Amino acid sequence: MSARREALLWGAQRASAALLALCVVVHLATMIYAAHAGLSAAQILARTRGNLVWLGFYSIFLLAAVVHVPIGLRAVLSEWLGWRGASRDAVLAAFAAALAWLGARAILGVFL
Amino acid sequence: MSTLQVRVWRGGPEGGDFQSYRVPRRASQSVLDVVTHIQRMLDPSLAYRFACRVGMCGSCAMTVNGVARWTCRTHVDQVCADGRLELAPLANLPVVRDLVTDMSEFFDKWARARGRFKGRHGRHDDFERVAPDSAARKQVDAAIECIGCAVCYSSCDVVAWNPQYLGPAALNRAWTLQRDVRDAAQAERLRAVAGDAGCHACHTHLSCTERCPKHISPTTGIAGLKRDALAAALKGKL
Amino acid sequence: MKPSLRARSHPGYWAFLVHRVSGVLLALYLPAHFWVLGLALREPARLDAFLRWTDQPLVRFGEWGLVLLLAAHFTGGLRLLALEFLPWRNWQKSLAALAAGVALAFALAFALAL
Repeated sequence: MSARREALLWGAQRASAALLALCVVVHLATMIYAAHAGLSAAQILARTRGNLVWLGFYSIFLLAAVVHVPIGLRAVLSEWLGWRGASRDAVLAAFAAALAWLGARAILGVFL
Repeated sequence: MSTLQVRVWRGGPEGGDFQSYRVPRRASQSVLDVVTHIQRMLDPSLAYRFACRVGMCGSCAMTVNGVARWTCRTHVDQVCADGRLELAPLANLPVVRDLVTDMSEFFDKWARARGRFKGRHGRHDDFERVAPDSAARKQVDAAIECIGCAVCYSSCDVVAWNPQYLGPAALNRAWTLQRDVRDAAQAERLRAVAGDAGCHACHTHLSCTERCPKHISPTTGIAGLKRDALAAALKGKL
Repeated sequence: MKPSLRARSHPGYWAFLVHRVSGVLLALYLPAHFWVLGLALREPARLDAFLRWTDQPLVRFGEWGLVLLLAAHFTGGLRLLALEFLPWRNWQKSLAALAAGVALAFALAFALAL
């Protein structure tokens, strides 16, 4: 059971990493463009509000991050804090849920 | 400089400390020569391991100036620019006495990783054919050279952080068997080496690859095991 | 005994450390980032005040640091994907250096844009 779970978590981590790699390039390019063009917050929001393409993109970005971040933290917690087992995984699941909720609020606020 | 300042860890399972010795420096001197000189000429109570003296057995592995090495294959000139040497037992293993470590756990993990060949054919069957240029054979040709010296195991921080971690040598051995077409135990072996005590605990530090005196890359094999494990898990076979 | 610090002094280990530390810092940053953006939903005045605060030079420096962290984690991640999925070659060990270079390039681009 542990072997199968670890293999699938590893697979999910690498798959989400590949997806995030694409999203991060787009995100960084966008941020560099916005900084270079000297866009103010109001100007940025004027471009993002009602933009369903960007909403779709950032939803995928968020989903990949919600998978990737907790699995990544899992190894750090077990190796550097000695925290293993069900309690660690439960806390990480809660963190994932919190991240998803906060992210969804952010997406709605910026793109809807 | 004609004299080496050598600090050697002395002690046992309860603890210990470094003791200093002065050893004459000679041309083409190996670190094993230094240890031998100390034990024969200065302090007969020093405990250390060696056997072949020529880089074939791996018995003389210990920590030299913080790095795991074979002392017979390490020239003093290679590691000692300022005339100082520091010798300690291999890391990540319990100490028996002085420079001698207890290798039981290292080999227990080898067994737990099912690093043991199980054939399909008996003596009345024909030979199994292993094509030397087959993809599977080429993938593990380098990895089969391992002599179980524990330098990689001793260099791995994940072994230090995760007491259950099987370690690079055991996983490398498992990898060679996973690509051996004659082996019949591959499914069970994959189950033994996948998991948070197995290949998935490797974080690609590459310390094993950096230190292996036979230039094997356990990291490569472990990456192969990770891919195999995912494929098996997706097919419901893990 | 644990492996000494000297045993860790090689590029592969530094790449791991940068990757792990940048990942942890980004993981701590993300919830805050999402929360601030979420202010746009219900409390635009608060968001405006916050964004005015981010105009300060120290905060701008922090933003640059975040871009550097993201670029470092991203390039280190690409290196890991190469090591785990591509057939093994010696040049892959130099990927650590390549990753560092590309990450720095991203950060510079951001810094110059500011």
